[in-house]
Amino acid sequence: MFDIDKWQEILATIKKNKMRTFLTGFSVAWGIFMLMILLGSGNGLSNGVANNFMNDAVNAMWIWQGETTIPYEGMKSGRQIQFHNQDQEIVQKVSGVGVSSGRYFMGNTRYSYLKESGEYTTITCQPELKEVENLILNEGRFINQIDILKNRKVVVIGTDIKTALFKDSVALGEYVNINMVPFKVVGICAEPGSTRNRNAYMPLSTAQMIFSGSNRLHNLALTIDATTLEESQAIEDQIRNALGRQHKFDPKDEGAIGLYNKLENYIQTMKIFQAIKIFIWIIGIGTLIAGIVGVSNIMLIVVKERTKEIGIRKAIGASPSSVIGLILLESIMITTIAGYIGLVLGTGLMELINYFMLQTVGTAPSQQDSGTIFLNPTVDINIAVYATLLLIVAGAIAGYIPAKRAASIKPIVALRDE
Amino acid sequence: MIKLNNIHKSYEMGNSSLHVLKGIDLQIEQGDFVSIMGSSGSGKSTLLNILGMLDNYDKGTYHLSGNLIANMSEKKSAKLRNEMVGFIFQSFNLISFKNAMENVALPLYYKGIPRKKRNQIALEYLEKMGLKDWANHMPNEMSGGQKQRVAIARALISKPKIILADEPTGALDSATSYEVMDILKDVNDSGITVIIVTHEHDIAAMTNQIIRLKDGLIHEIIRNGELKQFKKDYIHGLEPVQIPSYV
Repeated sequence: MFDIDKWQEILATIKKNKMRTFLTGFSVAWGIFMLMILLGSGNGLSNGVANNFMNDAVNAMWIWQGETTIPYEGMKSGRQIQFHNQDQEIVQKVSGVGVSSGRYFMGNTRYSYLKESGEYTTITCQPELKEVENLILNEGRFINQIDILKNRKVVVIGTDIKTALFKDSVALGEYVNINMVPFKVVGICAEPGSTRNRNAYMPLSTAQMIFSGSNRLHNLALTIDATTLEESQAIEDQIRNALGRQHKFDPKDEGAIGLYNKLENYIQTMKIFQAIKIFIWIIGIGTLIAGIVGVSNIMLIVVKERTKEIGIRKAIGASPSSVIGLILLESIMITTIAGYIGLVLGTGLMELINYFMLQTVGTAPSQQDSGTIFLNPTVDINIAVYATLLLIVAGAIAGYIPAKRAASIKPIVALRDE
Repeated sequence: MIKLNNIHKSYEMGNSSLHVLKGIDLQIEQGDFVSIMGSSGSGKSTLLNILGMLDNYDKGTYHLSGNLIANMSEKKSAKLRNEMVGFIFQSFNLISFKNAMENVALPLYYKGIPRKKRNQIALEYLEKMGLKDWANHMPNEMSGGQKQRVAIARALISKPKIILADEPTGALDSATSYEVMDILKDVNDSGITVIIVTHEHDIAAMTNQIIRLKDGLIHEIIRNGELKQFKKDYIHGLEPVQIPSYV
């Protein structure tokens, strides 16, 4: 195996038969290259979509009030449901609910600081909302429990609001007027994966008190502890039952409360991606098979082409095993090197695409919709190596069978072959 | 050295079988210079292939240097070929992607001699053939005579006991044919048994013994004294027309 002379003989043969070597190598390199591209694209697509879901907690759930559509316990349909603070406590008691925050909508509110002013959305909430919406704090802090208890007049503003009102000056600790009421800026935040950060967050209790909200709520945001579709739907049902008892509506009444379950959506999307991945694998395996067939074909032709040479070698004293070894080692060497080249080119291209995509996102984050659906399009190196090995083995087997046959025929027959 | 006893050989041709050799008894001594003659299909090439262990026979016995050559494994017969026999073919059978030196050195590769050493030996043999300057040329850059001399160098490099030549001059013009025959004569003078197959009388007349085959049997064997007569007959125009070389 490590006979230098044998390798020299093989290298000399390869050097003298460039076209044959190129064709064998090309079919292997191409097969691996295409597999890398396909699998890489599939991974990139699924990574990208998974990343988009990370804008909010994957297990987030939002509940909003609606109108009953089914008569229940003697009451007509079309009754408006109104959430109150105690509804949050009820929901919080449902098992499987993680953290929750009530939200009171104030509609558009006018923010002003010195001479600058603008209309922005104010979300009144509790500290837990940060977790539900995966908010990123650029400066300062988020609303905390003490703000809620003491009804502090503090606000966390989005980066766009900060830029519009404060320009380059420091905003933290300054007071903005919100609907003519001064609030202290305690934090500047951004939503992950979003380029529009025009929301401001205010303690729920403060808002209810100052802007005559009483104990009313519009919306509940929460996280749930579930990993499967069934679990999350069970929690959904429990919440409907609990709120149904409180507000006296049929738990089956879809209109009484609205409910958006992110996990459900996430799981369904991931299922689609599972299907896409399987599809890509099928294409990938198809490509591999095409590569194997290509290599096998070329090996068959190579052996046919070399029958006379085999005859000559045998006439001057080559044993059958040395002839087979020569052909096999040559084929293995070519497929290994070509497979490696395909591997490097394929992964290299995917890394290059990845690099340029990161560059683009890095330079122009605010202009474009950053909802990129392509992220980290790389392939598991193990899969790549196994695929290459598969092609090498296939090439070796495809070469072995005809080489064995050619080596076992009488030299005189091989010599006669033209 | 070579002893054939009642050798039979037939080829399967689809459904029918072609009986080529029908019982050959032959003895060739060390140092003989023998030509085998006969018309097409008389079995002369088949006989040579059996002698060279390139082909097997169906019936009879073949002893080479006292060893019975029968039903040997490919590996063993390859080794024996490498040690005992050098081949020269009508179509030269050089490996097209190897240059003259590499072609000559190839038998030594199968003897396990290191590359540098065998290339050096190959150069020596090419020099003997007057082809030293052609060592790095590929076969397709050489004339027929040059190619045949390369093939002879290749046959000689493993120091065989027997040289088997199948129509060595078949693809060459007369002048080159005689050159090749002179070389084979020198080879024979060094003590190596040379057996050639030919259908050219002038070529056969240069050997010391002519075996005429007819329909798979030995028709006649012309030796020393009789050979003079054969040569005379030949000169007297038994074959007045020089047969052009065949490919």
